Amino acid sequence: MSSVPLAEERDQKLPVEFADEKESINITGFWTFLVTDVLIFASLFSTYAVMHKAAALGPTSVQLFKMGPVMLETLLLLTSSFTIGLGVYAMRRGQVRALMLWMVLTMLLGAGFVSSEINDFISFAHIGATWHTSAFLSAFDILVGTHGAHVTFGIFWALTLLFQLKKRGITARTARKVYTFSLYWHFLDIVWIFIFTFVYLNGKIVP
Amino acid sequence: MSFKGLRKPYRSLALAAVAAGVVSTGCGQQYVVLHPVGPVGEQELHLMILAAIAMAVVIVAVFTLYFYAVARFRDKPGNAAPYRPEWHGHKLLETLWWIIPVVLLTVIAIPTVQVTYALDRLPKGKNPVVIDVTSLTWKWLFEYPGQHIATVNYLEIPTGKPVLFELTANSPMNTLWIPQLGGMEYTMPNRVLPLWLQADKPGMYWGDSGQYSGTGFEKMFFKVKAVSPKAFAVWASKTHATATPLTLASYHQLLKHDTMGQALYGSYPKDTFPSIASGFTLNGQGMYMTMHGPHGSIKYLPMSATQK
Amino acid sequence: MPAFIVHLIHTLFPKTVLFPDILLIDLGLVVGGIGLFIFMTKTHRWGWLWREWLTTVDHKRIAVLYLIAAIVMLFRGGIDAEMIRAQLALPGTHFMPAIQYDEVFTTHGTIMIFFMGMPFIFALFNAVVPLMIGARDVAFPRINAMSYWLFACGAILFNISFIIGGSPDAGWTAYPPYTGLAFNPGPGENYYFLALIIAGIGTTMTGINFLVTTVRMRAPGMTLMRMPLFIWSAMVTSALVLFAFPPLTVALAMSLFDRLFGSSFFTLGHGGMPMMYVNLFWLFGHPEVYILVIPLFGVFSEVVATFSKKQLFGYPIMVASILAIMFLSYGTWVHHFFTMGAGPGVNVFFGLSTMLIAIPTGVKIFNWIFTMWGGRIQFTVAMLYQLAFIPTFVIGGATGVMLAAVPADYQFHNSYFVIAHFHNVIIGGTLFGLLSGLYYWWPKMFGSKLNEKQGRVAFWLFFIGFWVTFSPQYLLGLKGMTRRLYTYPAGLGWHELNVISTVGALIMGAGFVALVFNIVWTLVYGERDLTGDPWDGRTLEWSLPSPVPEYNFARVPVVHARDAWWDMKQKGQSLAQLSPEDVHDIEMPRNTPVPFLLGVAFFVVGFALTFKWWPIAGIGLAGVFAIIIFSGFDYEDHHHLKAEVVRKTEASLGRLQG
Repeated sequence: MSSVPLAEERDQKLPVEFADEKESINITGFWTFLVTDVLIFASLFSTYAVMHKAAALGPTSVQLFKMGPVMLETLLLLTSSFTIGLGVYAMRRGQVRALMLWMVLTMLLGAGFVSSEINDFISFAHIGATWHTSAFLSAFDILVGTHGAHVTFGIFWALTLLFQLKKRGITARTARKVYTFSLYWHFLDIVWIFIFTFVYLNGKIVP
Repeated sequence: MSFKGLRKPYRSLALAAVAAGVVSTGCGQQYVVLHPVGPVGEQELHLMILAAIAMAVVIVAVFTLYFYAVARFRDKPGNAAPYRPEWHGHKLLETLWWIIPVVLLTVIAIPTVQVTYALDRLPKGKNPVVIDVTSLTWKWLFEYPGQHIATVNYLEIPTGKPVLFELTANSPMNTLWIPQLGGMEYTMPNRVLPLWLQADKPGMYWGDSGQYSGTGFEKMFFKVKAVSPKAFAVWASKTHATATPLTLASYHQLLKHDTMGQALYGSYPKDTFPSIASGFTLNGQGMYMTMHGPHGSIKYLPMSATQK
Repeated sequence: MPAFIVHLIHTLFPKTVLFPDILLIDLGLVVGGIGLFIFMTKTHRWGWLWREWLTTVDHKRIAVLYLIAAIVMLFRGGIDAEMIRAQLALPGTHFMPAIQYDEVFTTHGTIMIFFMGMPFIFALFNAVVPLMIGARDVAFPRINAMSYWLFACGAILFNISFIIGGSPDAGWTAYPPYTGLAFNPGPGENYYFLALIIAGIGTTMTGINFLVTTVRMRAPGMTLMRMPLFIWSAMVTSALVLFAFPPLTVALAMSLFDRLFGSSFFTLGHGGMPMMYVNLFWLFGHPEVYILVIPLFGVFSEVVATFSKKQLFGYPIMVASILAIMFLSYGTWVHHFFTMGAGPGVNVFFGLSTMLIAIPTGVKIFNWIFTMWGGRIQFTVAMLYQLAFIPTFVIGGATGVMLAAVPADYQFHNSYFVIAHFHNVIIGGTLFGLLSGLYYWWPKMFGSKLNEKQGRVAFWLFFIGFWVTFSPQYLLGLKGMTRRLYTYPAGLGWHELNVISTVGALIMGAGFVALVFNIVWTLVYGERDLTGDPWDGRTLEWSLPSPVPEYNFARVPVVHARDAWWDMKQKGQSLAQLSPEDVHDIEMPRNTPVPFLLGVAFFVVGFALTFKWWPIAGIGLAGVFAIIIFSGFDYEDHHHLKAEVVRKTEASLGRLQG
């Protein structure tokens, strides 16, 4: 680790989060972690694909899904991916206040997404469509629920980052943390696009 | 690949290979897998023997090189064998041992493909005897839809005719295995899987479950009696006429988590087995769901019925 | 045992089954625990334990922790094996009740794979990988410690089921719906799922850690094609872990939710699909087999080169074959259930892919033999295990190809033929490899060679015991004996072979005793190795003193050839080569209680969920998040080792010039 060159020795053209060798290794590590998360979601998607038709005596996807809230959720999450992108852009230009503002906006959009999703689940429960009802609902709940839990976790993560940014400003280390958070957030956005397409759109058409 | 022409010598070689074990126990017939009495078991045995011989070639080759190397290149004073510490590759040799396994595996792979497809088809021109098998905790329920009889932990089958088992479970998974007739297949809740076997010689064989399913699982042995088709018809009609019927109430008794001996039933209720006969390949139509768990109602509905 | 204690246990832990022999062992554990507590307090060792071991992030110490856990678990799994063999020796015996037998074969498999094999492999990775690539630690030392404590937490949770009663009893594969509440109401399967999920998270993090370590932390000059084969195997294994454990975690979590929260993934009713579990499990399970053996391919490649005094034969081909195995291992999982009605097309595909994977494996065998060819073979214990491995693994591989012939597998499936096959490859490949690695790197880890004479005794007991145990089991498979049978009727001709097999198990048990004696004897009387290079080794770890100082390399080496240290020795470099100017301040990771506390918090969650103590589980979960957040705010996770201190240490080891 002592072989790590100091920031000023490294290529000055590198973005701030890659400037330190150790932080750069951390980013590699986070990408590697994302691979495992992709595999988690891949397993959940394949389970859903297999169990989609196993609605038993419960409602089918065509009967259950309401596209209105889903469109809203999609809109909120896609926008939040854009705002965190702007945040990283601000970070690379050293604007800590702008970065924090964009992060707060991202968190709010995320919170909107989660609350709409929770609302959906409650309305499903009201008509008796819980994951006890059928394998289809189990698979649906765990796939969408895992994604929702990821988003929720991301909101709290961003909150802890705000405190760190406030205290320390943009350093190689906080920049790396914000950058990995943005990777995580974009990743959740991509997963949602798959959920939107293969679960909601497909489920509304194919019984 | 003329697989059939080669089978006899392979068979004798393999029998020689296990001769030691056979002699030590004095009872070769107990190697049930090596003494099949029907076409399914026979084809599976031939493939085993072919694979064993191909692998024996590998083993002999590797062992020869290995023992020679270990004997010759010991670190002993005065060892005259050449010492070449920088020798790190040889193109021809390395290519050679990519090719050898490829050739040997091709020898196994071709008949594997042939036999796998062959065993998935019932022999043409023969009407099979259908037996609906449900594994219960911890017993086997065999229903004969053609004969309208049912048995528990006992099978009687005609010789010379394929027997089509339709397998499901109202219990954890099990596998139906009658080693002398041929290989096993799983029984699974919410699915019906097919398996066909055939006995060519009359006799008393045994079957078992190969998949652990709880504390009474080792009691899932059952007897399989193969008799002439005529005797089978006599047995079936006699059972139908004289044995007590299996009622829904007594079916629920069977669902209890316990072991039991053999039983014969003169008839059985309609809904104890999934109602649509699965085809021999299970695309789509083979999937069923239960309305309730193992202790509630036992009705089955095909999935399409619930998705209007 | 007084009745009120039994009553108390049953109130707190409903539906557990306590066996009298376990109560006796519990009593022993309590007495032993109190004894240990008094000893630690009397000798004032608690602080030492906390500072040196519980909070350490040093990969070399974590390696020792993994090793201790692995050997303890080898003992536990071995006792289970002996009990299985005792029960099966004769027909119709009731050496123990059926339910206990079911628990014993379940814990045997689970422990040997997840809590013996994996940690033993990680012990070797931790002990050697950074040293071999010229690094001062792994990429993420703190996460490395977390991995260990999550593994330990999982292992303890799993073993506690034995102490309280009610171990899991659904086999190490835990197929639903037998694991569902309808058939398995006790807490046993909760232990299984929770322990494996928690330990699995740790394992996944280890995979990430060693993949990034081997990709990013190599010393200058160590290009990919100059990496020792063991590093290649660590890299490939880590990648396999990365892709294999997520499906397992998902499958286990779904089974757990079916039990705890009433979902309907794999249930008998509500459209549940048990087969999906089987698919996900083996999507993990088959790569897992290679996770268990590829690291040992690496060990054998190092051992055979060192003790043949010769370069590894066909290095590029060895690398290519390891990569081929990695990719192919994801395309073979259905061969674990050809008999589940997937149809001939699917079965043929997976049968052929399984045969295909035999090709790169076979190529490796030839290359090992030709590494010895033209060398000078030294019969050390490490080399003996390598020499035992080749014929054993070849036969295990051959029977594996027989199993890949799909219709033949219809007859072999779930029979003792399969049992014999996978013990043949797991013991012949994994265990022999682990022991080979243990004897080979022990001097590097502990500073003295394991006694070779005693090691030979243990080796021959293991080797002979193995064949006596498992060759009869091939024949039992041909006689129609299926696995996991509690007992079997007389008259099927099974019992002679079973008696032989049990005798073999006893011989292997004696081998284990000899191994432990060897270790203890060496720890007490072992002769200190002062060279740091007792085997005349070829790779960088042998350029360091034994045991290795905290910072590993006072100066990061520059690599010019494949066998870097051999190359340096050929060029006449000596050990005392370091000039004082080469030594600078070194940044090292600081010890931290975070990983240990995280393990404790996870344990609370796991144990509380097992018995559905919801509030306590909630507290544990809050603890987990609190610790993670706290860790995020901790920026003081490293410290600087002063150059002066390093110089002093190196000088005391006689490695500093002037």
